[in-house]
Amino acid sequence: MTDLKRNALKNISDRQLLLLIKPSLFILCLLPFILLLIAALTDGLGTNPVETLTHDTGQWALRLLLLTLAVTPLRRLTKLNWLIKLRRMLGLFTFFYALLHLITYIWLDQFFDWSEILLDIPKRPFITIGFISFVLLLPLALTSTKAMQRRLKKRWLTLHKLVYVIPLLVVIHFTWSLKADYSEPFLYASIFIILMLARILYSRKKAPQF
Amino acid sequence: MSIIIKKPTAIQPSEITPKSVYLNRRKFMQQTVAASLLLSLDAALPAWANRSPEPRWSDLKKSPFSTDETVNSHKDITTYNNFYEFGSGKKDPHKNATEFDPQPWSIVVEGECEKKGTYDLEEFIKSSVLEERIYRLRCVEGWSMVIPWVGFSLADMLKKFEPNSKAKYVEFTTLYDKSRMPGQKTRLLHWPYVEGLRIDEAMNELPIMAVGLYGDVLPNQNGAPIRLVVPWKYGFKSIKSIVKIRFTETQPQTTWNRTAPKEYGFYSNVNPDVDHPRWSQKKERVIGRPFWEPKRDTELFNGYAEQVAHLYKGMDLKKYF
Repeated sequence: MTDLKRNALKNISDRQLLLLIKPSLFILCLLPFILLLIAALTDGLGTNPVETLTHDTGQWALRLLLLTLAVTPLRRLTKLNWLIKLRRMLGLFTFFYALLHLITYIWLDQFFDWSEILLDIPKRPFITIGFISFVLLLPLALTSTKAMQRRLKKRWLTLHKLVYVIPLLVVIHFTWSLKADYSEPFLYASIFIILMLARILYSRKKAPQF
Repeated sequence: MSIIIKKPTAIQPSEITPKSVYLNRRKFMQQTVAASLLLSLDAALPAWANRSPEPRWSDLKKSPFSTDETVNSHKDITTYNNFYEFGSGKKDPHKNATEFDPQPWSIVVEGECEKKGTYDLEEFIKSSVLEERIYRLRCVEGWSMVIPWVGFSLADMLKKFEPNSKAKYVEFTTLYDKSRMPGQKTRLLHWPYVEGLRIDEAMNELPIMAVGLYGDVLPNQNGAPIRLVVPWKYGFKSIKSIVKIRFTETQPQTTWNRTAPKEYGFYSNVNPDVDHPRWSQKKERVIGRPFWEPKRDTELFNGYAEQVAHLYKGMDLKKYF
């Protein structure tokens, strides 16, 4: 890559961001949902469709959550500062898939049997922890606007530190929902640890040296 | 309690799924042609690949224990399986078991009985009365199917080995061969897979040794060439690809019980009132029904209470789960 190209990548204009990168990312993030929708309408969800819907929406929520957490380390590594402007969208899509996951559970799994759902949430640890994760995601989604950011000031940053706890809960939720093969949650847990280590290493480098 | 008395007009398996579909004829033809071209010898083909385009059995004896509920499609039954010997995903066995050749096959009989020895599977089949039994299968994960098995009574078979008075339990073992069952290269479970029944459970009229499905030989992913089917217990009790039967005085150490003793008991009877510690067992997703339909209520002993409830008289089913 020539210096010229590198500079071009570094200094992307707001117009380019708005017209090209953001819409592309939006469609990309929506794609799993569209594919699930097509599959649902064409009998393509496999032998146990509800299981597929539950699993896929949950997986995408976790993937997007980790992707959201990857933005800052990636920005520091590449020095592409405009990446930060994509973070909110990734976060909101995390919430979108988490919401679909919850709706699948309430609608297709429990069929709005509220008394059973209210029993289920405290009784079964993996559902408890999954529900807590969703409850913690909710204020992050609600306060994601610029206006809320301005209103909450410093408290906004404190509140949004929740994003460092949620993936841990989600990985435990995933693990406890399985019978014996924990390779998938292990992979996600490893990615989460790497992303957190990247932050620790960075803050150490930044800290004053004695 | 609803019971399973079969009506004489019950659906023929052949009416449910077109034969051409479930035999996967195209794949069979391709394999046969390719093999013949390459080797130009029929003898080079494993006997199992030489499946005739017609099902192996017709005129099977019907069973009064068959349910008249809608039978699942051949596709559902053969592409959605828990068989960790061929992978931990439910689509894995269908993909990973294609190479498995279950012939020749023999079963070792050991322990507290008079007729110990090694028995050839084909002899078993020849000397047994094969029946079609359409049973409900309830998986511990919370889904269920209805499956038209071909098999013979487990009790009839066990009696031939003349178990003695010390035979309180029967233990079954799956083949252990990493080269043929790739899932066994992982450490997900303690291999080989072991299951067991109390002798009176085993001598009940319901359990069968299944050697077929939909009138044809048992597909590899369903436990070829011979498996147990115990319809009132969770599916994992119905052990697949059996190579050993042992009569014991003490309760066998079964695989899932060893893996998670608090979650999978020795008995593992289907029971809506005894939840799995991590999920409810009150309801089940009926495979093959539209996904927007609610789940159905799970029945005690999977609906087979009339035949088996007496086995557990006076037992605390929450304790002996």
